[in-house]
Amino acid sequence: MRKSVRDVQESARLVGRRGLMLGAIQAAVVATLGWRLKTMQLDRSDEFRLLSDGNSIKLRLLPPARGLIHDRNGVLLAGNEQNYRVTITREEAGDVSTVVARLRHLIPMTDSSVAALLAEIDRRSAITPVSVADRLTWQQFTSIAVNAPALPGVTPESGLSRSYPRAGDFAHVLGYVGPVSDYDLSKIEDPDPVLMLPEFQLGKVGAEAKLESILRGKAGSRRVEVNSAGREMRELDRQEGEQGATVQMTLDAGLQNFARQRLGEESAAAVVLDVQTGDVLTISSSPVFDPNLFVRGIGSAEYRALMDHDHRPLADKTVQGVYPPGSTFKMVTLLAGLDAGVINGGSRFHCPGYTQVAGRRFHCWRRGGHGSVDPVQSLEQSCDVFYYELAQKVGIDRMAAMARRLGLGVRHDLPMSAVAEGIAPDRAWKRARYDADWQVGDSLNAAIGQGFVLASPLQLAVMTARLATGRAIEPRLVRAIDGIARPLEDYPELGLNPAHLKIAQTGMDAVMNGSRGTAARARTVVPEWRMAGKTGTSQVRNITAAERARGVISNEQLPWARRDHALFVCYAPVEAPRYAVSVVVEHGGGGSAVAAPIARDILLFALAGGLPPLDAYPPGQRDAVEEMRAKLQLDTPQLPRTARVRA
Amino acid sequence: MTYLDYKVAHTPTGWRKILYLNWPLVFLLAAVAGAGFLMLYSVSGGRPEVWTQPQIERFVVGMAALIGLAFVPIWFWRSISIVSYALGIMLLIAVDLFGHVGMGAQRWLDIGPVKLQPSELMKIALVLMLAAYYDWLDMDRVSRPVWVLIPVILILLPTALVLKQPDLGTSVMLVAGGGIMLFAAGVSLWYFGAVIGLVIGLVATVLKSRGTEWQLLHDYQFRRIDTFLDPSSDPLGAGYNITQAQIALGSGGWSGRGFMQGTQSRLNFLPEKHTDFIFTTLAEEFGFVGTMSLLTLYTLILAFCLYSAMTNRDRFASLLTIGVAGTFFLYFAVNMGMVMGLMPVVGVPLPLVSYGGTQLMILLMAFGMVQSAHVHRPRG
Repeated sequence: MRKSVRDVQESARLVGRRGLMLGAIQAAVVATLGWRLKTMQLDRSDEFRLLSDGNSIKLRLLPPARGLIHDRNGVLLAGNEQNYRVTITREEAGDVSTVVARLRHLIPMTDSSVAALLAEIDRRSAITPVSVADRLTWQQFTSIAVNAPALPGVTPESGLSRSYPRAGDFAHVLGYVGPVSDYDLSKIEDPDPVLMLPEFQLGKVGAEAKLESILRGKAGSRRVEVNSAGREMRELDRQEGEQGATVQMTLDAGLQNFARQRLGEESAAAVVLDVQTGDVLTISSSPVFDPNLFVRGIGSAEYRALMDHDHRPLADKTVQGVYPPGSTFKMVTLLAGLDAGVINGGSRFHCPGYTQVAGRRFHCWRRGGHGSVDPVQSLEQSCDVFYYELAQKVGIDRMAAMARRLGLGVRHDLPMSAVAEGIAPDRAWKRARYDADWQVGDSLNAAIGQGFVLASPLQLAVMTARLATGRAIEPRLVRAIDGIARPLEDYPELGLNPAHLKIAQTGMDAVMNGSRGTAARARTVVPEWRMAGKTGTSQVRNITAAERARGVISNEQLPWARRDHALFVCYAPVEAPRYAVSVVVEHGGGGSAVAAPIARDILLFALAGGLPPLDAYPPGQRDAVEEMRAKLQLDTPQLPRTARVRA
Repeated sequence: MTYLDYKVAHTPTGWRKILYLNWPLVFLLAAVAGAGFLMLYSVSGGRPEVWTQPQIERFVVGMAALIGLAFVPIWFWRSISIVSYALGIMLLIAVDLFGHVGMGAQRWLDIGPVKLQPSELMKIALVLMLAAYYDWLDMDRVSRPVWVLIPVILILLPTALVLKQPDLGTSVMLVAGGGIMLFAAGVSLWYFGAVIGLVIGLVATVLKSRGTEWQLLHDYQFRRIDTFLDPSSDPLGAGYNITQAQIALGSGGWSGRGFMQGTQSRLNFLPEKHTDFIFTTLAEEFGFVGTMSLLTLYTLILAFCLYSAMTNRDRFASLLTIGVAGTFFLYFAVNMGMVMGLMPVVGVPLPLVSYGGTQLMILLMAFGMVQSAHVHRPRG
């Protein structure tokens, strides 16, 4: 049908009107869209930009290289070695089992380790790298790198790992590092984010733990761009971290090695102090363990072997072990008596072999007695009765005060783990500890270093250094940090009457050089190295402070375990003291027979700056010394010429 | 009006028709498609063979089709409108019976080498049908209830079929597209007021139906509504897409991060970045300048179509042009509204820009008919 012109015109008018309305509506919608774009892209763009960057830019930490530890001569004690390892990423590897099978041609892997690895890869997300092998040789590492095209998803990586080139020599003093555990993190209030890195190593015990803040360094960082799956796409920028400070210890690697070898397989400890500076030259606990095992992750069998060893290689006997000092405590009692004025240099006591106090008989080690004994002789012959008598006059409180003045019963602040305080008992201590009155018999026991008295080998060495110098020497382990020497302290006088001190020193000199000295066999014949010392033999089972606190009594029934501890302290040269040594051999037997020769050898090594000539020994002992030396497996380090620091 | 009403003598014939094409519209369409190629190249990470090349090939074919269709007299399109509508309905039924299932819906039909989405075809067929209907209908009957009911049925029939696939987005597009036709044809505004009131009531009912036995929407559709109302309610699930899209959009700022520098799209934070969410990549890489340019291009396309429609005395031609332009408008407005968080997420591509063969071809063919309307307009 045909439409009228009117119809057409009306239609056109209507379409025009409705078209305009439609256009207006559409324009309004477009304006809304434009307005929304303006608010989002212009007004709020900063906010969205931040969210966008937060999506895609992640901060990745770069672990800092751990600070090096040197001995006093610049010998490396703890360093970092390249650790070559290989990781695999499932997403890139595709057929994981084929790739792993190819890897087996390049690096040794057992069937069980392959199974464990495949399970681990399955468990982790597809983009998480899983460690395939650790501590590869350079050859294995390069062979993997060369074969990279056949090994999709396999990444050879290198990182730093702690190493202890002197192996067991410094195991106890330096301790070791290990992977960060949840327990470690729980102890730290505000953990450094770098601790969360999977391969990061943290000082676990010893100086490594105590100096952690110095050694750790500062983490660097990389800003990387990641995709929505978290995969790293590219590095935006990089800020290298700062290596931890290089720490120079007061230790002497050569002397430490000698001491460790000389102690052999005994359960023993030796400490060498510089009596002028307090520098700890050697602090050796025996037997040792290899700290490198702990860094690499020790196997459970190896660990159990260390734990079950009856000589307790993991314990640091130098600072953690506390022993009844036995007769090495007699200088304390003697000086307490002299200081209190209850005796003088000429006072004498009669020793019939025992003394009777409060209905109990206290024996001298020499059944027949020593007869009339003066202070110097009391030390030379180690007469017990002299000290029983003296103790009753002095009283325990003054003995304990003198013990603390000489460095016993106080904790010396060394960066080592579980440094023991020992016990210098007095009335208040017994009241607090046992809720009991002090008995006179307790004083008698304490006078000869038995009973409640406990001291660590370190404390005995400090006591010896203080006796040698009359000054309040404190031990120190850190000599310099980052090449900046820590200032030497001017140790104050102990405030002892020099005449009294001289009596103790003369007595100790007589121990080694007197005709009736208990350690006369362990003397040196070189006049300028003349030594003064004191033997000790303590009769109780070894109970550490920790054990005592727990109330656990170890039930060691073996003959070895029931033997006496052998102790010896000494210093030299007598005229101008330089070094003080303490040696404790657990269940070693007599102090003069076992501990004194070891202490002498270590002291001679320190004085001679190496193995001393055989001439230093009394003529009759030289063959035996030579024989003993032949058995030692010394590893005296070559001193780096450049790193040598003037003392 | 029949073809006899046209002053055929004034109508260009043969190759001369090419001079009477609405060339600005052709260039605008090409410009938008060009922007699309650029974005596809960017989201493919510089690998044109993935999306850009196939898209360009289809665009070239589509443009040829556009010119070709423009040469066909407008009265031909009117004569096939009923046929095309019937064909569309049949194809929708066919897709329901034999169609492929993809992305949780049955939308695709394999016809020989071509994979076809009949619901896309239906949008244009419906426009053709309604334009022909109102061209045939007497002007004074337009607002009579019976004569309003017929087009409503014409709209609701395909809508129901599409809804069954299920494809809520296209259903809404069909209803809205049909509504635009009715509006342009001059149906009384009272009807629209009533429908809007009805829709509001219906929406309220649908929302109330949730969790009851007579639940009217699928759970995923309800979740989309939740996500739309508060994208942060499910930042890692359904809300992830919209949150990431808005981050990409907003972070573009004034001038964007630069071509191929958008971290959101390049690092895969964006979903569907080559199809429904391609606008976010444009926004991220070219910023406000880029998005406003595209919006301007779209608006100009609308404006040229509307002007062409309003100056065309042929009722069928002008209604067809308005319908095509309206559908085109719905495409980009819904898509942009969706990625900007103004609308729930419904699967609507950005016209001429998103990757997708059917959508691009159908749109270009529809614009071919618009060109035909422009070329064969009554003159003199």
